[in-house]
Amino acid sequence: MNMQALLPLVAIVVFIFLVGIWAGKSLKGSTSFLQDYFLGGRSLGGFILAMTMTATYGSASSFIGGPGVAYTQGLGWVLLAMTQVATGYFVLMILGKKFAIVTRRYQAITLVDFLKERYQSKWVVLLSAFSIIIFLFSAMAAQWIGGARLIESLTGLSYLNALFIFAITVLLYVTVGGFRAVALTDAIQGVIMFVGTLILLIAVIIAGGGVPQIMADLHAENPNLLTPFGAEGSLTPAYVSSFWILVGVGVVALPQIAVRAMSYKSAQSMHRAIIIGTIVVGFIMLNMHLIGVFARPILPGIEVPDKVMPLIALEVMPPWLAGVVLAAPMAAIMSTVDSLLLLVSSSVVKDIYLNYIRPNESNERVKKISFGITALLGILVFVMALNPPDLIIWLNLFAFGGLEAAFIWPVVMGLYWKKGNKYGALASMVAGIGLYIIGDLFLPKPFGMHAVVMPVIVSFFVYVLVSLGTQRRNTLQQM
Amino acid sequence: MHDVDERFKIANREALIGVGLVLFNFIWWFGFAYGLGSKSPEEYTYVLGMPAWFFYSCIVGLIVMIVLVTIVVKVFFKDISFDEEGAGEQ
Repeated sequence: MNMQALLPLVAIVVFIFLVGIWAGKSLKGSTSFLQDYFLGGRSLGGFILAMTMTATYGSASSFIGGPGVAYTQGLGWVLLAMTQVATGYFVLMILGKKFAIVTRRYQAITLVDFLKERYQSKWVVLLSAFSIIIFLFSAMAAQWIGGARLIESLTGLSYLNALFIFAITVLLYVTVGGFRAVALTDAIQGVIMFVGTLILLIAVIIAGGGVPQIMADLHAENPNLLTPFGAEGSLTPAYVSSFWILVGVGVVALPQIAVRAMSYKSAQSMHRAIIIGTIVVGFIMLNMHLIGVFARPILPGIEVPDKVMPLIALEVMPPWLAGVVLAAPMAAIMSTVDSLLLLVSSSVVKDIYLNYIRPNESNERVKKISFGITALLGILVFVMALNPPDLIIWLNLFAFGGLEAAFIWPVVMGLYWKKGNKYGALASMVAGIGLYIIGDLFLPKPFGMHAVVMPVIVSFFVYVLVSLGTQRRNTLQQM
Repeated sequence: MHDVDERFKIANREALIGVGLVLFNFIWWFGFAYGLGSKSPEEYTYVLGMPAWFFYSCIVGLIVMIVLVTIVVKVFFKDISFDEEGAGEQ
């Protein structure tokens, strides 16, 4: 890649970095450090809230992987990607005002805080904190590898150097700036993703000779590319529809998303975020996957799907503009990684250390420990990403589905169903995670659906039945 | 505690609206995609150069959802206070 393209990319990364550092300054005079560092003092406005949700969600897998698969599968994969439009409004509407009111009353800072107050059970807290740490740590390691590979392929640096640059950038601003820095930089990254994919889509359509021409070319190559069923006809309606659970409604239960649903200032900022979020998520998903499909006639025969985005950008645009647009996937990875890092750190500091090891730490000590743990976790991920162990790769496969299966009912039913209790929550978490991992090993596609569907359905019944069955025991204990 | 209950009623109603929207979104998405897209590609009709199933399911579907979400939020969603003090003042 040439200098002309590299310069804008570097400039954007540096800019994001500076904003993060600047946001960290407001932490200096903070009186309630935990709220400010891990939650930005519950002060997010509508626009920032919408953007940080979008950016956190649009991770490396959807940004680098997504267009690559769309390139291979055709319009059927764009249809699948559009299941994510629901996240734009569904998460905020479901967790919504109730979550905002309740978490304020509990003074909850993390998702686990909420579960702790709701269920009053040490085991619920420990189980959820550990699943967050294990699953999200693995997810984060996988994202770092992705980020470093992207820098590697763009700059020609070695993998080690690329990883180093990536790690330093992310670590510094997350450690120093906390949630506010993450949310602010997410907002910038969200804008870059939105504008970048739009410009690239237009450039691709022009380069391909217009939409009808592109469709005709696709049809000539393989008519299946124009159907909802994928290039080989393997995308069945049941399979594609089950993504409504994995990447649509199930997202409610992802801790990194749920924590954002307690960070906003007022009902008005939530309302604005719902509208902006739907627009932004919708267009980013549509544009970026269409780019993948439309790239096919222009650049046929790309063997490695992950390279579709960088290659097509360099093909259809002047180098400097390609550099600006390629900051988009970079931004997507960084914004996912920073949120995950902060969340894992909050689980260690808040959910485990302050809950069970040293409950009465002073504000000053908590501050030092939070910075320390965040930095330490970052370094740990860095070491993991140098030579990724197989276990990490394996766990990452389960990360999002596993967390959804674990948390969806304890969170949603915990909010809206008074009779739900700790036994129900525990049983449903164990059933959800267990079934998901076992199911994925032995029965990858039950009834032609994605492996996440069954555990989510089963754990609902487990939650309800166990809660009802233990009503008496639970009330006796509380007396 | 009367005000708090009032606020929860609003919150519950808005969550149900969310479920309704998602069901509508799913039906629209599924109906057009597989309703129009299940024939052989040779018989497809095209709108603005795109296969009709894709145009209606993904492009029009997205625009419909954006308009619908905007209307629902502006018309049905209530502005309430999240703080305990705000609710206790009255």
